[in-house]
Amino acid sequence: MIAAAYAIPDILAFLTAAVMIVVGALGVLAVKNPVHAALSLILTLFGVAVAFVAQAADFLAVVQIIVYAGAIVVLFLFVIMFLGVDRFETVRVEPLVGQRALAGVGAVITVGGLIVLLASSHWVTGAVAVSTSGHPAAVGAGNVRAVGTAVFTTYLFAFEATAALLIIAVVGAVLLARRERRMDREEEA
Amino acid sequence: MNVPAAWYLVLAAVLFGIGTFGLLTRRSALIMFMCLELLLNAVNLTFVTFARTLRDIGGQAAVFFVMVVAAAEVTVGLGIVVTVFRRRSSTSVDELSEMKG
Repeated sequence: MIAAAYAIPDILAFLTAAVMIVVGALGVLAVKNPVHAALSLILTLFGVAVAFVAQAADFLAVVQIIVYAGAIVVLFLFVIMFLGVDRFETVRVEPLVGQRALAGVGAVITVGGLIVLLASSHWVTGAVAVSTSGHPAAVGAGNVRAVGTAVFTTYLFAFEATAALLIIAVVGAVLLARRERRMDREEEA
Repeated sequence: MNVPAAWYLVLAAVLFGIGTFGLLTRRSALIMFMCLELLLNAVNLTFVTFARTLRDIGGQAAVFFVMVVAAAEVTVGLGIVVTVFRRRSSTSVDELSEMKG
């Protein structure tokens, strides 16, 4: 019935993305070793990239892989290696009584609330399907050009602000990493 | 005919829920950061889905900015984790209790 209503490749793309995302996210949740958690995170990020491609956000899919899998996860792995891979927390111990159960209830309420909210408002837009027609900018043709045009015209100020933000973040990270060493030197002296 | 936007929105909601659960239960600051990335990705997926449904490129531009902010946040956050680790030899958030009232 579903196959009759929707194109098979679209369903396969969605299922691939869904399996990658959910399995990777559960992996981040469940594994003890932080390195394995980072690798599970990569699986989820690639799943999101698949979902982006399936929804014609080609540019964002590439950026997703380059920035997230290429930069952020590598940064995570670097810090994990830097701190020592053998230090991982014990998942089984539960220091606060009932914390895990309450967190589960909270997560279920969050997901249920989101789904009920979206469904009761006709998915906000009333649209029943992701459209393949319409403005070419948002549906694939010339996606990079469209995103570039939007970022450099409508959102130019925000774009410049992110440039400043990145500079501040880099300077802040360098300062955070340096301060301790300088203190050590002063203590030694 | 393409799959409904609802499928992707439910997938994003599930991803958000998993990330929330992880953020609330795990104690290692590193794993909590990874769960934070899951939350950001869930929101990004929602943005892209609505960009497609509403035929508005603004959603994809928003995802672009979320990614930039995520990169900056991870840079500073991991710098803080490294600094804390140097002082405490631990990344467990339970041991950082100096500021409790």
